[in-house]
Amino acid sequence: MGLWYKWFYFPYISFRKYLILNHFHFFSVSELPPIPSTSRISFAELSVRQRMREKLKAARVRIPQKSCVIDLSLIRNTHFILLALCCVNLSWDIYFFISEFQDDFPSEEEAYNFFTFNFDAVAEKMKTGSRKKNGLNEEEEVEEEDEQEEDEMLQDILHGFLLSSNVSLVPASEKMPRNRQPRYLEDEGLYTGERPFVSQSNQNILENRILRQDQGKEWFGDDGKILALPNPIKQSSTRPPIFSLEEGIAPELETVYRKAIKMTSTNQYFVGPGDFQGLFQLDIDISGLIFTHHPCFSREHVLAAKLAQLYDQYLARKQKNLTKLLTDKLHALRSAVQYSMEGGGGDGVPVAQQSIPEYKMEIRQTRRLRDAEQEKDRTLLKTIIKVWKQIKSLRDFQKFTNTPMKLYLRKEEVDQKSDEKAYEAEIQAEINELLEECMEEYEKKMEEYKTELHDWKSWKKTQSKKKKKKDTHAEEESEDHDFGEERIKPIPPKMANSLEIEQQVREKADSCRRKPGEPILVPELTLSGSITPTEQCPRAEVLRREDVKKRSAFIKVLFNSKEVSRTVTRPISSDFRVHFGQIFNLQIINWPESLKLQIYETTGISSTTLLAEVFLPVPETAVLTGSAPLEEIEFSSDQRVMLDHEGVGSGVSFSFEADGSNKMTFMTSGKVSSSVSWAVGEKGIPLIPPVAQQNTGIPSALKNIDAIASIGTSGLTDMKKLAKWAAEAKLDPNDPNNAALMQLIMISTSGEAHVPDFFRLEQLQQEFNFVSDEEFNRSKRFRLLQLRSEEVAEFRNYKQVPLHEREISEKIFQDYEKRVQERDVIDSKNYLDAHRAVVASYLQKVRESVIKRFLTAKHHFILSDLVNEEEIPGLGSEGPGILGLGLFKLAEPKRPLRPRRKERKKVTAQNLSDGDIKLLVNIIRAYDIPVRKSVMSKLQQPSKSSRSFNEMFAASPSAQSPPNSPDWAFNQVLVRPFVEVSFQRTVCRTTTAEGPSPCWNEELELPFRYAPNGDYSTHSLQSVKDEVFINVFDEVLHDAVEDDRERGSGIHTRIERHWLGCVKIPFTTIYFQARIDGTFKVNIPPVLLGYSKEKSVGMERGFDSVRNLSEGSYITLFITIEPQLIPGESVREKMNEMLKKFDTQEDEKLLQAAEKYEAECTSKFPSRQCLTTVIDLDGKTVFITRYIKPLNPPQELLDAVPDRSQTAELVARYVALIPFLPDSVSFAGICDLWSTSDQFLYLLAGDEEEHAVLLCNYFLGMGKKAWLVIGNAIPEGPTAYVLTLEQSQYVIWNPSTGCFYGQYDTFCPLQNVYCLISCDNIWFNMQEYDSPGRMYFDISKPKLWKPFFSRSLPFPGLRSIQVLMDLTVVISLSYCRIEKILKDKIMEWRPTRPTRWNRYCTSTLRNFLPLLEQNQGKDVEDDHQAELQKQLGDYRVSGFPIHMPYSEVRPLIEAVHSTRVHTIDVSNVEFALAAYIHAYPQNVLSIWIYVASLVRNR
Amino acid sequence: MYRRWGGRIWGGFGDLGDFADREPHEEKRSAAPGKFGRCAVPSVTTATGAPAMAAPSVFLLAVSGEIESGEFPGFDDLYCKFSFVYGQDWVPTAGLEEGISQITSKSSVSPTTLVWNFPIDITFKSTNPFGWPQIVLSVYGPDFFGHDVVRGYGAVHVPFVPGRHKRTIAMFVPESTSRLQQLTSWFTGRRPEFTDPKVVAQGEGREVTRVRSQGFVTVSFNVMTKDLHKLGYDVGQGPGPQGLQGL
Repeated sequence: MGLWYKWFYFPYISFRKYLILNHFHFFSVSELPPIPSTSRISFAELSVRQRMREKLKAARVRIPQKSCVIDLSLIRNTHFILLALCCVNLSWDIYFFISEFQDDFPSEEEAYNFFTFNFDAVAEKMKTGSRKKNGLNEEEEVEEEDEQEEDEMLQDILHGFLLSSNVSLVPASEKMPRNRQPRYLEDEGLYTGERPFVSQSNQNILENRILRQDQGKEWFGDDGKILALPNPIKQSSTRPPIFSLEEGIAPELETVYRKAIKMTSTNQYFVGPGDFQGLFQLDIDISGLIFTHHPCFSREHVLAAKLAQLYDQYLARKQKNLTKLLTDKLHALRSAVQYSMEGGGGDGVPVAQQSIPEYKMEIRQTRRLRDAEQEKDRTLLKTIIKVWKQIKSLRDFQKFTNTPMKLYLRKEEVDQKSDEKAYEAEIQAEINELLEECMEEYEKKMEEYKTELHDWKSWKKTQSKKKKKKDTHAEEESEDHDFGEERIKPIPPKMANSLEIEQQVREKADSCRRKPGEPILVPELTLSGSITPTEQCPRAEVLRREDVKKRSAFIKVLFNSKEVSRTVTRPISSDFRVHFGQIFNLQIINWPESLKLQIYETTGISSTTLLAEVFLPVPETAVLTGSAPLEEIEFSSDQRVMLDHEGVGSGVSFSFEADGSNKMTFMTSGKVSSSVSWAVGEKGIPLIPPVAQQNTGIPSALKNIDAIASIGTSGLTDMKKLAKWAAEAKLDPNDPNNAALMQLIMISTSGEAHVPDFFRLEQLQQEFNFVSDEEFNRSKRFRLLQLRSEEVAEFRNYKQVPLHEREISEKIFQDYEKRVQERDVIDSKNYLDAHRAVVASYLQKVRESVIKRFLTAKHHFILSDLVNEEEIPGLGSEGPGILGLGLFKLAEPKRPLRPRRKERKKVTAQNLSDGDIKLLVNIIRAYDIPVRKSVMSKLQQPSKSSRSFNEMFAASPSAQSPPNSPDWAFNQVLVRPFVEVSFQRTVCRTTTAEGPSPCWNEELELPFRYAPNGDYSTHSLQSVKDEVFINVFDEVLHDAVEDDRERGSGIHTRIERHWLGCVKIPFTTIYFQARIDGTFKVNIPPVLLGYSKEKSVGMERGFDSVRNLSEGSYITLFITIEPQLIPGESVREKMNEMLKKFDTQEDEKLLQAAEKYEAECTSKFPSRQCLTTVIDLDGKTVFITRYIKPLNPPQELLDAVPDRSQTAELVARYVALIPFLPDSVSFAGICDLWSTSDQFLYLLAGDEEEHAVLLCNYFLGMGKKAWLVIGNAIPEGPTAYVLTLEQSQYVIWNPSTGCFYGQYDTFCPLQNVYCLISCDNIWFNMQEYDSPGRMYFDISKPKLWKPFFSRSLPFPGLRSIQVLMDLTVVISLSYCRIEKILKDKIMEWRPTRPTRWNRYCTSTLRNFLPLLEQNQGKDVEDDHQAELQKQLGDYRVSGFPIHMPYSEVRPLIEAVHSTRVHTIDVSNVEFALAAYIHAYPQNVLSIWIYVASLVRNR
Repeated sequence: MYRRWGGRIWGGFGDLGDFADREPHEEKRSAAPGKFGRCAVPSVTTATGAPAMAAPSVFLLAVSGEIESGEFPGFDDLYCKFSFVYGQDWVPTAGLEEGISQITSKSSVSPTTLVWNFPIDITFKSTNPFGWPQIVLSVYGPDFFGHDVVRGYGAVHVPFVPGRHKRTIAMFVPESTSRLQQLTSWFTGRRPEFTDPKVVAQGEGREVTRVRSQGFVTVSFNVMTKDLHKLGYDVGQGPGPQGLQGL
């Protein structure tokens, strides 16, 4: 029961006169209109107040109607009134309470009772129970009887204006006519339909109410129910329910993002998107503006304007010369009449006879016209003279001249006599004619008169007869008089007086014709008068002139009521002309709706007022530029301007008279001279848009006249259409204007000329061709030029295309043609299996498409490409700093005492040429180079060459024992290493140092020689695939003395070099990094025959023990390029920008959030890269977390090792075995494209991020905690690693090598950590340091790691784009082919010496390789040594296995070449080479090549 | 819907398009619309030449002359750099491709002109008139604080017609992108410059820059060509006598 109360305290007013209850107001919204019923009840005989109190107390009226109603009652009393407002209970019953209390405030008890009162829903309870429960008033019990009575009374009162409804069920018999049983149609099998649901109680109320009316039974049907139609309401709502995602916003009001759709407009003025034909052009020529009235006009100006207007009129009339024309016509007619009267009359030609009256009529008409014209001419002349006189008098009066107007009246003397004669003759002729006319008229009138007279006479007679009768019937007379009127005797017409006529004619001639002998006045208006200079003018005039000078005008051109251009603002000249002389070319794509000019006037500097708007007619399609005449369009403004100087203002009455009479009012008005025409395009085609809907565009009348308007310009070439139009328009075939057209149509319709059915594109092309197409295609020179301009890679930088055909050799195209042909042919020669060939060609295609995209981007410049500009000094940021700091810099000493390192000047790559670029490699030192092992000493110590993953983290690192043989110290020299750097087959080497930790500190300079195609532009440098090989060799000196006798006299030693290891750095890395500085792990083969790692050496030394925590040998390098090249950052950014424009499937909100997040992060740590979105292979932007999804590693790997922890290593190795292919190489450094893991596994090529994603996914699939790390590593630069949490320690995995490092590992290549990415979030490193050893990896702390998805932006559940893929079966490959290729290569590299192959050794080595694969290159070294020794006996063997992931043959060859095994030039050297391929799932191949050289010991 | 064109007085974007027309006019005359890169073919009209001489395979263009003077109101102590920009088919055979002049100051004799009288002398050989050489000038001088700043860039094609020509090149400098940058660049003396002065000889990418004109440089050229006519390229009659055409 929902209840609420409101208290209204009215201040106590003790006016007794308001004791009467005034109104009850009931507002019942539901079923009745508000009835502001007023009941005035006066109970004068009672103590009114008392009674009312009783009544109100009882007025607990229940209105039991079903309604959602607010009943508002207002009962006024002079005293305090408590109003309890409506309370609506659940059953929608409405209670209405009024409580009234005594004169004073309610007592506490009363108040309590009121509030604790239980309002019950049930009516009966209310009625009976309320009285008992309610102890509102103690009087109640006393006056119960009385109350009952009053209650009824009140009910009656209420019934007066309210229906109290009965809810009780109406018996069926009442509803039916008597003696009739209800009949149910449905039971009889008829369809009745479903009735709308109405609750039973409502039905009852309605029925009761209806029955109360007269004839209420009509409303009931046969079945005793109220008549009703079937339910029209649908079962389910048609409008779908709206669910709101956002809180607080009503679902209907929520805004929904929709991608913008190109509107396919229904507007008739739009040319549909399909038939867009380019831009059309409308030329609007606005030549000038002349004011015919302007507020600044002086009186003289007004007159002058008037004069000019009159003169214009005069000129126009003169040109038409209507008077002369009419006079001539008159003469001709007269002579014709004369002729027919005289000569023709004799012949008796009836035609001529008939035409005489016609002629006469014509003469009369013509004369009248001529007279009118003559009169006009004369008055015009008179007015001109009058105005001119006014001007003259005004000039005299005001003593200055404002206008240069001067009117000359030229007198043309005429011969007095002949003139007089002609005049007289004319008058006579006229008189005669008039006389004749009068005579005719007279005769006619006479006739009329006669008939009338006759009538009258007859009437008179009858009248007199009647009179006689009337005498007898006196009483009728009076009536008769009323009836018949006295007829007036017709007056005989007067004979025209010839004298009178003559006088008339002469008078008229006097007034409108020149008097004979009077000279002909020809007015000539010139602008030759001089204007009084301003100094000589009175002050008011000076002010006026100054005001005019301040004013200027311009015109806006509005196309479809949008401003498209405006003229320059030109000052209004003193003669109120404005010259613009501008032509606006409007390029439009649709038929114009309206063209409008708005004339604006500016006064002074500020105010601009719109004077008037002029609509220009849209030109017809035949109106083309060049032929359109200038038209003057008048305009006027209703502006009221009053000026305080000589200017007359506008809309203000003024007068020329001194007394102010004869007032005149002028409005600002003028003329715009302009023309609108269609432009003619380059090819002479008018640029006219097709009229979209012809029936709306041009009225059909016009269509008939103008062929172009009717069928469009293009239709002109269509003969059939043209002919059809000609037939419809009913062209006059005899009109010479149409002759050409008609002939054409005749020919075309008669079919004599063949109208082609085809349509030819560029039919004029042939005329522009300077050579025929065959010749063009045949010419090698043209082909070369064409290819060069298309920027085909081979020809992009071709210089000096020869002038003559014969100088171009066929060879130039060979490479190109071969490439084009082979694009689709999969060549499996370089690939061992077909799959790889397919993948390679696929990659090639992707590359080409990306490069094409890039080339288009290259022609798209941004400002920084062209202009070098200082950066905007940001506030508080690094860089130039705030402006203030910049100023401090000015005061800095020019040569500071402690100079800081300055950035080298960067060189744009385009200025470079061959040999300009050098690669500087600084070899500093190396650690832990393997040392030689004496062949004889059989060291069988179980030296642990590597620690397992488990040991590393579980056990303490110092657990290693140094089981050293004592004799190492006594060996002569451990190792004599030197470093050889090779780049682009240029080789440079350092000097030889000694010992396992040598220090060279040498700088090597390598020239950069082969830029691709001689192109040194940024993008071509980025795509350089060459690598820098840094090889560490051991220089071994052998005694070469053949003869012992010579030993005393000379030293003969032979130098042998033994490869120990290498570091490979791609050129692109150096290029992007600008410099590479750091310590790198040397890639040392797992087995180095004849060498071993002396780890124990360092164990005692303090410093190195730290170093030795890690495995392997290290070399410290510094590499840079001289001069420093600008990596194509801008190009990349631009490309990224371009790529971002490609479509994305990400939510717009997410992208915005990502952008914001990136901006926030980079503003705090500008050097740290924040990665939120990446671009997938399709060029779409994808949110990065979508790449992370747990994936199960291949089952084979899981099964291989029982130990879980070793599985991780195995998985890492598997991932590392997928060949590495940097994106920057494949896609020319344009952008990082991220492929998903399945794409990666299919392509079997990818760079760091693909490896990292796959490894991370596998780790997650294995149930590890793993994250993707975006960071910076050496030598890769920006890269992606994987971080796992193992036994509360964080482990960093290098996915492209499979190596792993502890968090605090000094040799960890990962230098900086920027962000971590998991499958559902991104964390940005907010810590001060970003090197892994100095930071915390606890991502739960938002202070250290800023999460992307947080409480404010929860993770929306982005679906991963990774797809589960079935790993395909293993393909085993024969290694023989690789062996053969490599052997051939080695022999090729040794062209001068014989290369012998040791078969024994080869087969032994071949046996080793599977073992190596099995153990992943661990713990086998010594076995090999021993085994070989056993097999071969007295040989000095140096060799090593090379392990590589397999992608294609070329890198294998490169790797073998870089080891320089082939360079041994001992005469009796023998070689051994074995290869082994181990296949992992999904065709991931691990390849081993064992190379060895053998020299027989003597 | 429509595009506003500035009328005849303002070229609007149409002017930028003119850069496309900056190829030699032979090109324009003969190039087929729609097909790119069709260059005029030398018709084999060696009939006029001596039969004994082998038909030439290149033509030569010798340009001499000088960068005479400049007019830079409000600036003084300027020097001038020049360089030639030419197409891929052109090779300079003799002479200086780039040069830098002395610093010159205004004098009371001619208070408006800065005279350099810097000689240029270069010979090109080419197989294709496409990419006809342009001279690119850039003028530098000290600003209020003594920083060396650029005072103008400008370029003009070497005239085709043999004879003596005088060209006045309007010079311009790139504008700062914002007022603030204008102010700071004024303070620091690092005004916006083109990444490469040769930018002014190319039309591509110019639409992203804003420049302000800053003065004029007058250059005189003496142009001689060899074999141009023999190879079928007609450049019309020069102002000089016929004899100039042969080298």
